[in-house]
Amino acid sequence: MNRLRFLIPLGVFGLLVIVLAIGIARSPDKGTIVSPLLGKPAPEFSLPNLLDASQTVKSSDLRGRWYVFNVWGTWCFACREEHNTLLEIKHQAVVPLIGMDWKDAENDPLGYLQQSGNPYDVIAADKDGRAAIDWGVYGAPETFLVNDKGIVVYKYVGAMTRQVWEKEFLSRLPPRPESKS
Amino acid sequence: MIRSGLVAATLAILVLFTTLAQAVDPTQMPTPQLQQRYLALTHELRCVQCQNEAIADSPVDIAADLRRQVREMLLAGKTDEDVRNYMVARYGEFILFRPRMSAKNLWLWLTPGVLILVGAFVAVRIISQRSHLVPQDNEPLEEDIRP
Repeated sequence: MNRLRFLIPLGVFGLLVIVLAIGIARSPDKGTIVSPLLGKPAPEFSLPNLLDASQTVKSSDLRGRWYVFNVWGTWCFACREEHNTLLEIKHQAVVPLIGMDWKDAENDPLGYLQQSGNPYDVIAADKDGRAAIDWGVYGAPETFLVNDKGIVVYKYVGAMTRQVWEKEFLSRLPPRPESKS
Repeated sequence: MIRSGLVAATLAILVLFTTLAQAVDPTQMPTPQLQQRYLALTHELRCVQCQNEAIADSPVDIAADLRRQVREMLLAGKTDEDVRNYMVARYGEFILFRPRMSAKNLWLWLTPGVLILVGAFVAVRIISQRSHLVPQDNEPLEEDIRP
């Protein structure tokens, strides 16, 4: 027994390595906050329609179907990066794409959409950033997937790419999505 | 002379940084009590974008929005715990610089205590073993010294 005592520190060290390795392997991408909204109902909101301020975009209007909720702003570089991917996604027409223009009033989001194309089915304008806080947004672009029961199923932080879209979003959508949009 | 120069320099630096701090967050709450709670809360909530800063110290937009939220909730008569719960519901435990005790991180809180117990056990064992050794060591030594 005593002759094997030197193994104790070795064992403790090995245990430490295992714990740290699990921690590193399971930690999300550096700086990404895991949203507490996952598995919970999407936040309620009621915001002016960016394209027609006399109309309101309400979360209750979206109930009962899957949708993708994308938070963007013209001031956000990564949003411009993902713009073409979003246009492709819109072209696939598998799920409605709801945009939320985040704190963008002093810029020209309409001009930007006219120039680069509008990938969204409808866009809510969050001028003062209150709705973004409800969604736990901390850096655009952020993209949420909400299911037909209004539950947030997935959240992606950063510029959308085709790989992410296929791997994380398309795979979570029901096999034969209804083309209601 | 040198000392008064040092004092002046220290004061100058302090004043400089106070103005910097005010530049980030000029908020004044209506009463000193509210101001104190506001400052405490904004210092214990993490800026979610620049994650090593508190929202009180961060010049970025989202920190200003979160500070506004804290201010409005305090003015509306909410408790500090209401504000924390509000933030945690949206951004997760991560937004708190001081994590709460929960079933999920209980082991994190208990591990130091367990380690202290293990350390104390080991120390007691070593000490008691050594104290057994002491008389055995002394006896032959005393005989040698005796004339």
